[in-house]
Amino acid sequence: MRRFIVPAATASLLGLILLASMTDALNLYWQSVLMFMGINIILSTSLNLVNGNMGEFSCGHAGFMAVGAYVSSVLAVALFAPGGFMGGPYLPGYLTVFIFPLLLLAGGLAAAVTGLLVALPSFKTRGDYLAIITIAASYIIKSTIENVGAVGGARGFMGMAKITTAMTDVWDIPWMLLWVFAAVIFTLVVIRRYVSSTFGKGVDAVRQDEIAAEIMSVDTDRIKLVTFMLSSGLAGIAGGLFAFVLGYINPGSFTIIKSTEAMVMVYLGGMGSISGATLSAIVFTLLMEVLRPLQVGKWVIIPMMLILLMQFRPEGFFGHRELTDIVPGLRRLLGREGDGK
Amino acid sequence: MESLIQNILNALQWGSFYSLIALGYCLVYGVLSLINFAHGDIFMAGAYFAFFGATFLLGKMGIIPPGMPGWVVLALTIPISMVLTSALGVTLERVAYRPLRRKGAHKLYVVITALMCGLVLENGNLALLGASRKNFPTLVPQVVYSLGGVSVTNLKVAVILVAVLSFLFLHYVVGKTKIGMAMQAISYDRFAVPLMGIPTDTVIVFTFVLGSSFAALAGVLFAMSYPVLDPFMGALIGWKAFIAAVVGGIGSIRGAFAGGFLLGFVEIMVVAFFPSTFRDLIAFSILLLILSLKPTGLFGVARRTKI
Repeated sequence: MRRFIVPAATASLLGLILLASMTDALNLYWQSVLMFMGINIILSTSLNLVNGNMGEFSCGHAGFMAVGAYVSSVLAVALFAPGGFMGGPYLPGYLTVFIFPLLLLAGGLAAAVTGLLVALPSFKTRGDYLAIITIAASYIIKSTIENVGAVGGARGFMGMAKITTAMTDVWDIPWMLLWVFAAVIFTLVVIRRYVSSTFGKGVDAVRQDEIAAEIMSVDTDRIKLVTFMLSSGLAGIAGGLFAFVLGYINPGSFTIIKSTEAMVMVYLGGMGSISGATLSAIVFTLLMEVLRPLQVGKWVIIPMMLILLMQFRPEGFFGHRELTDIVPGLRRLLGREGDGK
Repeated sequence: MESLIQNILNALQWGSFYSLIALGYCLVYGVLSLINFAHGDIFMAGAYFAFFGATFLLGKMGIIPPGMPGWVVLALTIPISMVLTSALGVTLERVAYRPLRRKGAHKLYVVITALMCGLVLENGNLALLGASRKNFPTLVPQVVYSLGGVSVTNLKVAVILVAVLSFLFLHYVVGKTKIGMAMQAISYDRFAVPLMGIPTDTVIVFTFVLGSSFAALAGVLFAMSYPVLDPFMGALIGWKAFIAAVVGGIGSIRGAFAGGFLLGFVEIMVVAFFPSTFRDLIAFSILLLILSLKPTGLFGVARRTKI
């Protein structure tokens, strides 16, 4: 019985959200907040894998997001958009419903391959030097996109709205909300299974002591490679969703500010904690909306909060603990599935 | 040939800015092994302090009568900006970094604090002063000398000279003076130094004063060369200067200057031969390559990890 609690709760949550959005109980504004929340959850949990679990300091997460965003939207527009870019539509519009997740995955895959840009130097360098490599990598990605005229260069790229309308033509439900929800669940399941696997224990070992891990026959290079690629791949998926939710992307959306947002979410929630990263992504998104009237002032208040957090509770809200460690009753309720270990 | 010399001069000027900023990263890193991510914004603050100092002294704020000659204003603006910026740097140290250090917090938390302090400075400035860009007043009229097709402005010569003199000065301070040797000692062994009766906190404050005041100097020179100020001017140039410091081998003064000038050369040469949008791409790719081949930077010393 207990095995079904989590899937049932997830399914009913999705049902509730879809129902609420279709009956206008949830207006467009709140729908978009929910979608950005989902994207932020993917970003923060995937960055958490590298910065929290593996103990590296990656500050160029937005770069991988950009790769995913551009690859999936360029593919989508090339395949489905009528006229203009790369000849006409190659596939009929109703197929978007089935092809769309594949496009997202393609974006993720491309981002994962780009992750090699960071993963390969990480074999030899660590700490501060690796931090600078991640920054350089994100600048390289952004600058490359700016120089490719075919995808609009610095002007940006659009046309994704045609794909989302093609989906609603098939069946009028809030598709993007559905896809974001699915991607969040996918990300959380993948990361949780990854972290709790034997291989994932190696990730923790690399954080605690790389040399000791190596002596204990942990293949640190392989672990770094896989973890960096997984993390950047998931960021790519988040980027793809971001592109389709907004309908317009330009290289300026993926600057160091975006990476900083992801970092704030990770450190707010506590490193190495999936539930912490998820909750802090939710809190962060809501906070951004609440502070919106302050305009630029919110970017004074949010860093200030983090500075204070670092002074008084540097491990973040959760700090290497999961929700189930803090509320033991939850574990009993969820059975083995919600073990968190 | 002339265009080559012209480009070299431009590269030296760019490199001077990078070097002067990279220096601050490098000094702080050498002493605390902390990347002071707020340093680019300290540079920005230096330029803004210079702007306010200069407009105040020129009499535009109505407190003192106008009519002071430009060079006097400049001569007063530089120390004002350096003092105020040092105060800012030391404030950051006292308010944000020192409490964490006292608690023995993990280095990562200090780095994050530094990053956030940078954001607070940038956006605080934007919120306080608004998004309108400030025009830095012309203090000293530019004179263009041309020598056989190569044109040099007095400003360019001044920037390069200041960078070289700063290098010599710092080389002397860090290598020969007592407090400089204390800085070296701290970077060599942080735990033994307090036992030898060296006041660590004083040395750290001195380091921040040194780094911030040279960032302010770079800020003044930058504001005079490119007289438009905006709150985010320090962000990109700060990141790049940091990369320059890392490529040179963070923690060594020589490395910071070598890295800064190298980055300046790479950028100017890229712009000379490719479309200017390729500048960041190629510069960062080369730096990434250097770091992958020699992870400790050009002048850095590999520290062996003891098991």
